[in-house]
Amino acid sequence: MRPEMTAASLDTAARTSAERGALARARLLRGLLPALSLALVLLAIAWLNPRAISYFGFSLMLNLAIPIALATIAQMFVIAGNELDLSIGTFVGFVGCVTATWLKDAPLIGVAILLGSIGVYALLGALIHLRNLPSIVVTLGMSFVWQGLAILVLPKPGGKAPDWLLGLMAFKPPFVPFPIIAALLIGLIVHFGLMRTSYGVILRGSGGNPAALARAGWSLLKTKIVLFALAGLFGVLSGMALIGITTSADANIGNGYTLLAIAGVILGGGEFVGGRVSPIGAVIGALTLALAASPLLTFMHIPPDWQVAANGAILIIVLAARVLISRKER
Amino acid sequence: MPEGNADIIRLNGAEKHFGAVRALGGVDFHVGSGECVGLVGHNGAGKSTLMHMVAGTLVPDSGQIGVHGGTEDNYSVSRAQQLGIRCVFQELSLCPNLSVAENTRINHASLRGFGWRRKAAGLIAAKLDEIFPGHSISASDIVGDLSIGRRQMVEVARAFTVTQDRLDLVILDEPTSSLDAHTAGQLLTFVRRFVAGGKSCILISHVLGEVLRNADRIVVMRDGKVVVADAASAFDRDRLVTAMGGAEARQKIAAQIAAAKPGASPLRVRARPAAQKDGTDLVACAGEIIGLAGLAGHGQTDLLLAIFAAASRARTGIEVTAPVALVAGDRQSDGIFPQWSIAQNIGIRSLARLRNGLLISPQREAELAAFWQEKIGIRTPDMNNNIFSLSGGNQQKALFARALGSDAQIVLMDDPMRGVDIGTKLEVYDLVREEAGRGRTFLWYTTETEELDNCDHIYVFKNGRIVANLRRDELTEEKIIQSSFGDAA
Repeated sequence: MRPEMTAASLDTAARTSAERGALARARLLRGLLPALSLALVLLAIAWLNPRAISYFGFSLMLNLAIPIALATIAQMFVIAGNELDLSIGTFVGFVGCVTATWLKDAPLIGVAILLGSIGVYALLGALIHLRNLPSIVVTLGMSFVWQGLAILVLPKPGGKAPDWLLGLMAFKPPFVPFPIIAALLIGLIVHFGLMRTSYGVILRGSGGNPAALARAGWSLLKTKIVLFALAGLFGVLSGMALIGITTSADANIGNGYTLLAIAGVILGGGEFVGGRVSPIGAVIGALTLALAASPLLTFMHIPPDWQVAANGAILIIVLAARVLISRKER
Repeated sequence: MPEGNADIIRLNGAEKHFGAVRALGGVDFHVGSGECVGLVGHNGAGKSTLMHMVAGTLVPDSGQIGVHGGTEDNYSVSRAQQLGIRCVFQELSLCPNLSVAENTRINHASLRGFGWRRKAAGLIAAKLDEIFPGHSISASDIVGDLSIGRRQMVEVARAFTVTQDRLDLVILDEPTSSLDAHTAGQLLTFVRRFVAGGKSCILISHVLGEVLRNADRIVVMRDGKVVVADAASAFDRDRLVTAMGGAEARQKIAAQIAAAKPGASPLRVRARPAAQKDGTDLVACAGEIIGLAGLAGHGQTDLLLAIFAAASRARTGIEVTAPVALVAGDRQSDGIFPQWSIAQNIGIRSLARLRNGLLISPQREAELAAFWQEKIGIRTPDMNNNIFSLSGGNQQKALFARALGSDAQIVLMDDPMRGVDIGTKLEVYDLVREEAGRGRTFLWYTTETEELDNCDHIYVFKNGRIVANLRRDELTEEKIIQSSFGDAA
């Protein structure tokens, strides 16, 4: 028999609400961690080279941040559905090659190819769901396909970005450098779409508890297709932005983006499973990586050979801090 | 068919096989409007399978389903929802990464467009207030941050929210398994109000008293069939237990305990809760079964975990003199390795003994598993099957086998019998007493006062402290309630 009771639950309630307050604080702290790490990197840069903190300095340092942020968002959509995309880097390279050739010379065909490649991404999502395949295997295979296609489109480095794209990426707004405005826009738009709309809830829920979603009558096939198509869309935007900055393409131009994008999502507070992702965090993570990748390390006089390792060290430090905070939550 | 038809749902000759296992063998089942149907039976008797059919998540191999008098040929979850049938499943089906309001949205396709967050939050908050007054859950809380009891409250409340679809029948599968007595009472009161309003409920519970007090009609299942269905007033506890077919009378327990009086035996555990201000210790000797009682979440689990940690690394205030094993309460998240077979799940605590050189010997692992399958009665054709092929009660048996098959002389039990059927419970009680007779020590946290009958000594917890220390012969329910709710401490 269970004991009957009437009044005594009040103090329990007070106690547990305090506990939950602590939980919420810890989550807030964890949510601020990406911003804190970005601030730390900025402070370090300001200390090493005060002149870098200027309109021109930011424009230069954050030059490549837009494509990295877009690729990170693409990866974030895939991770939100408990999958991983190992092909995003070569996909960005492929899109870059198409942008520098077809999109300039025959815009209609170029647009058709890019739309088709988003369709391929959607189909990959369907395949992964229907055949219950590990996404890591499928996308690893696809990374070679994209790489091969990129080489077919552009056998040697070259091509030229369409003029309108060059114009867009060279845009110089007053007061605030373009990369910062673009990053804010990307973060806010995706945040609204994924975190605030009613279908965004369903997309995140498909990563949190797929079985529950299916029981409530939602199609997991559809959520997976939508998530992968969104990844394809942002991959295309990333490739185009990249070519708009570099002006010409190379089949290997995006290869480093796969790991940068994964690192950006995790650095921004996302987790590999459970549908826990944060669009704004992911953009901040991408900015941090973009800054830490070369400007900071160059200012620190670290030779380029060591920069990749230094980047890894930054990642480990931030993730370690997050684990410490999570442990405090207990 | 007209709306006035009294049957909300009717299944005729429903059958279901999973491979070679027959889960349901031709069941006739119906629910009328304005009645609460109690469904009881052992784990594996087919209750969950039957309920999955009613909710539309499983399609019967043969047999017919009719809803509101019409025959349904393509019955599915979304069809069930349109027809006003909802289910609160035993395994929690909330998304832990979403907020309470967002989880509500998942069940209502119509919560969309501008202002949906506010509507969803208002909907779930109002329902929580109605069912569990004073619940202290906010619609913006992330579900993963809530305790398991609160998650269950959210899940139950969500099933009763209404937007555009009608609501006629709610299936409650073990709705009180993670609730404390107070909230369980609130829920059952609400269920009575709901039924009095002309709606219907199916109540599945292993707490037979709940079913007897709240159901209008009781259906008893055994081995995939309905064995008895009758008005609740025609049943008492004994008749139910007999119909379920397994349980011998409880009196046996008391007699056995009285017989096996432990003499002076070596100390196994001496522990003081972190919040304890006076000098009270929890003391357990070899061969003793120690009960940890009190309301859910008042420090019992914390103390068990502290003892578990102290076994490998010394801690102040806790003395442990023998190897320790823990039987987890939340078996899905703390107990089971989901990808592993039953045999691997049992062997994990005993790897040192199963080793052959550097590798695990599959043969020894299989021997250990086979021994415990026999001893504890795990019902499966093959111990190499995935652990999830077992019913909930059998999964819990596998976790007991893991602890009892190890070298641990101290077994910590963190309310492991949650949602387990009474037949399995009685088997495990016997085993626990038998093992205690051989000198093992059990520390047993339970939320069910009946289980304390098995214990030699009971410590009652409140706010992380021990507030009462009762011998077996001093134990009465009133004493526990008094200490749990009293002003002491």
